[in-house]
Amino acid sequence: MSDDPFEAIKATFFQECEELLGDLESNLLALESGSTDIEVINAVFRAVHSVKGGAGAFGLEDLVRFAHVFETLMDELRSGRKACDEPTVRTLLRAADVLADHVAAARGAGAPVDPARSAGLVAELETLTHGGAAPAATTDLAEDDDFGFTPIALDLAAFEAPAGLSDLPDLPPLPDLAALAPLEAPMAAVEGGWKIVFRPHPRLYASANETGLLLRELARLGPTRVELDDSGLPTLDALDPNDSHLIWTIELDGDASEAEVRDVFDFVEMDCDLSITPLNAAASTEAPAAVEDDEEAPAEALAQAAAADLDIAALLASVGAAPAAEPVAPEPAVPEPVVAAPAPAPVAVAPVAPAAPAAPPAPTPTPSAPAPAAAAPVTIRVDLERVDRMINAVGELVIQQAMLAQRVTESGLARSSDIALGLEDLELLTREIQDSVMAIRAQPVKSVFQRMPRLVRECAEMTGKKVRLVTSGEDTEVDKTVIERLSEPITHMLRNAIDHGLEGPDERLAAGKPAEGTVRLAALHRSGRIVIEIADDGKGINRQRVKGIAVERGLIAEDAALSDEEIDNLIFMPGFSTATEVSDLSGRGVGMDVVRRSIQSLGGRISISSVPGKGSTFTLSLPLTLAVLDGMVVGAAEQTLVAPLAAIVESLTPDAADIHHVGGVDPVLRFREAFLPLVDVAWCMGFSDQPTALKGGVVMIVETESGQRAALLVDAIHGQRQVVIKSLEANYRHVEGVAAATILGDGRVALILDIDALVSTGRARSPSRAEMQMAS
Amino acid sequence: MIKTVLTVDDSRTMREMLMLALQDAGYRVVQAEDGVHGLEVLQAESPDIVITDINMPRMDGFGFIEGMRADPAFSGVPVLVLTTESDAAKKQRAREAGATGWIVKPFDPARLVDAVRRVAA
Repeated sequence: MSDDPFEAIKATFFQECEELLGDLESNLLALESGSTDIEVINAVFRAVHSVKGGAGAFGLEDLVRFAHVFETLMDELRSGRKACDEPTVRTLLRAADVLADHVAAARGAGAPVDPARSAGLVAELETLTHGGAAPAATTDLAEDDDFGFTPIALDLAAFEAPAGLSDLPDLPPLPDLAALAPLEAPMAAVEGGWKIVFRPHPRLYASANETGLLLRELARLGPTRVELDDSGLPTLDALDPNDSHLIWTIELDGDASEAEVRDVFDFVEMDCDLSITPLNAAASTEAPAAVEDDEEAPAEALAQAAAADLDIAALLASVGAAPAAEPVAPEPAVPEPVVAAPAPAPVAVAPVAPAAPAAPPAPTPTPSAPAPAAAAPVTIRVDLERVDRMINAVGELVIQQAMLAQRVTESGLARSSDIALGLEDLELLTREIQDSVMAIRAQPVKSVFQRMPRLVRECAEMTGKKVRLVTSGEDTEVDKTVIERLSEPITHMLRNAIDHGLEGPDERLAAGKPAEGTVRLAALHRSGRIVIEIADDGKGINRQRVKGIAVERGLIAEDAALSDEEIDNLIFMPGFSTATEVSDLSGRGVGMDVVRRSIQSLGGRISISSVPGKGSTFTLSLPLTLAVLDGMVVGAAEQTLVAPLAAIVESLTPDAADIHHVGGVDPVLRFREAFLPLVDVAWCMGFSDQPTALKGGVVMIVETESGQRAALLVDAIHGQRQVVIKSLEANYRHVEGVAAATILGDGRVALILDIDALVSTGRARSPSRAEMQMAS
Repeated sequence: MIKTVLTVDDSRTMREMLMLALQDAGYRVVQAEDGVHGLEVLQAESPDIVITDINMPRMDGFGFIEGMRADPAFSGVPVLVLTTESDAAKKQRAREAGATGWIVKPFDPARLVDAVRRVAA
């Protein structure tokens, strides 16, 4: 087998693992919410079993070990020997998480699994499986250094057989694996070969085994002499076609081991009487004692036997072997010949070279049987780069369409003219194409939401709180790039909701709430944006404390009069943390300010609402795509610029009396009891060496990603619109204060302002008091 | 003559591994995803040998073998069961259902082909 197809299958395996782990989780969650459907338990078992099976095939030992313990417990649940109660489901959920970790580690996509965590869960699973007593076999498993590719299944043997089996007849010892590869480990090789007495039971034929094939296998081990005892055959009228009456005695020469000989009968040992004795020690030629019933000859068995004999003959012919040994003398014949045609006769099989099986024909590419039409929609995989190229082209189309529309308007054509009407249709079509193309990159937020139940479980475990996660809107679609960057903020806010928002079970009960807290994660579309809500039913924001901390940290003045909303928003300030002590969850140096920054970098907004005692809700509002931006088109020194709408808090016409100069130099704008740095956009961008006139000017209050507010002074606000983002770096080079560019309807390039850069560098470059006064 | 093997397994990984090993050994392979599907493909393809998994949705391996053996047309077609070596109880049940033999998981291609060859007439 070449490496390539094997690697391809391995890739399939990991792909399948993803699906299986998804199924596993959703089925376990169904169990958690009270499902008692046995099919759900079966599905969980199958998922774990399949992961184990594939992992075994690829020699992923750690994964196999863990999956095995998991599977063993599932087998107990499946068989009803163990009840599927709440603590068990909780352990299973955490085991599913660790299983996912093992898969990720095996794939090379994750850090190695924490051995303590894994071992801890193994212990939990085993305790649940065995009611406390860890089986000795597990220790063997762990200690077995030779744990390798093939022996896995064997090692697991001891404790997989359910206890209830003990009353079954003793099974013959399982054949050693080595026996399957005869030359590797010949066991107990005996000089002079073996004498085998074989009497099939009717069942042997019922399971489509054939004596002829067994003889063929024996012939592969060495020269054989075969004798058929058909003395047990009854008369035709007394014949029961379902019975079996023939006995074969085979003498096998050569140095085949007993295990090799037994292995030939591996599939049928339960369905026959079999004695295997060393040939040189076997003076007696009598059949095993058990073989002495004299019932009617089975036609079917006869036919089988005949077929078998023919097979041997064919085989002999095919290898051109000549009988070398005298056939063993046949036993006295049957009372009368029963079946005319293929009378079973002793067949001598001469030294047969380790025979080739019926020559394997050349491999043929095989169209597999059509898989049953799955419910999954038909999809194709496309290079992302191609999609981006198309999105780019559609962006051009949108711009071109806007330009055309503007030209037509300017030309003074009547609105009812054919051209104007045709243009309207074009506009609709363009919009439709744009939407469809954007939809190609759109994916349901499911991929992000799916990771959250696990996170919630881990947080709950760490904080000792009881938490239920309720998600909705998983199918809400949003651009791939947005999805990729959603995971971190959501993770952080969920952690916060559990760590800070929810109370412990006792506190909740005392407050008249259920001990188990609920955290809701929802996604929905609202006016062209995606809204993500993270809500908890915890204690809400402690405003007194938040304000206290803000004062303590010097973030606000002690006597500052803040509305509830403003206090709530303090938690977004850099350096703010309500955690009194650094726990495992918080205190990682990531505050809500970081969350807000990452949301804003996506062109999104975050808001919070909180009701004391009832809980808090964080709302994220994000654009559906990063290819299009909601912008405010403004004019500054005859240049048209675009300010990202997400950064704009509000706009106003400034009053000269509100402008002050700190130290006579830095201009600031008095805005609701606060002074904001005033940034003269035209001056800062170098469009003008004259300060912008305050009279007739407009100020936009903006907020930077770090939450810092500033006032941007421009000449005029032209309006709000969606613009197609064009990278300036990709087409030109990075320009300080400019985030990107776009093309307006009139075909002109407009720069999109980088508010953060503008605010931080602009303050130092704003015109001084003298210049400002000159202009006003 | 090229022999056709029907593999019945709900794991795509396992189906592909079987396919690869069997095709390399010169067999034609047809596939089914569970017992119900297996019985359908059985009727359509009349394979010479069948390999089936045990744990599958809709219809498991035992049900599949029983269903197959109930049809006289397939009562003599050898069926190998994919199993873990230790599963004595499963082997016993599979045997009672009419299985011809078994393949131990995880299998290696040589042993798989060997098992198929042993039951192939």
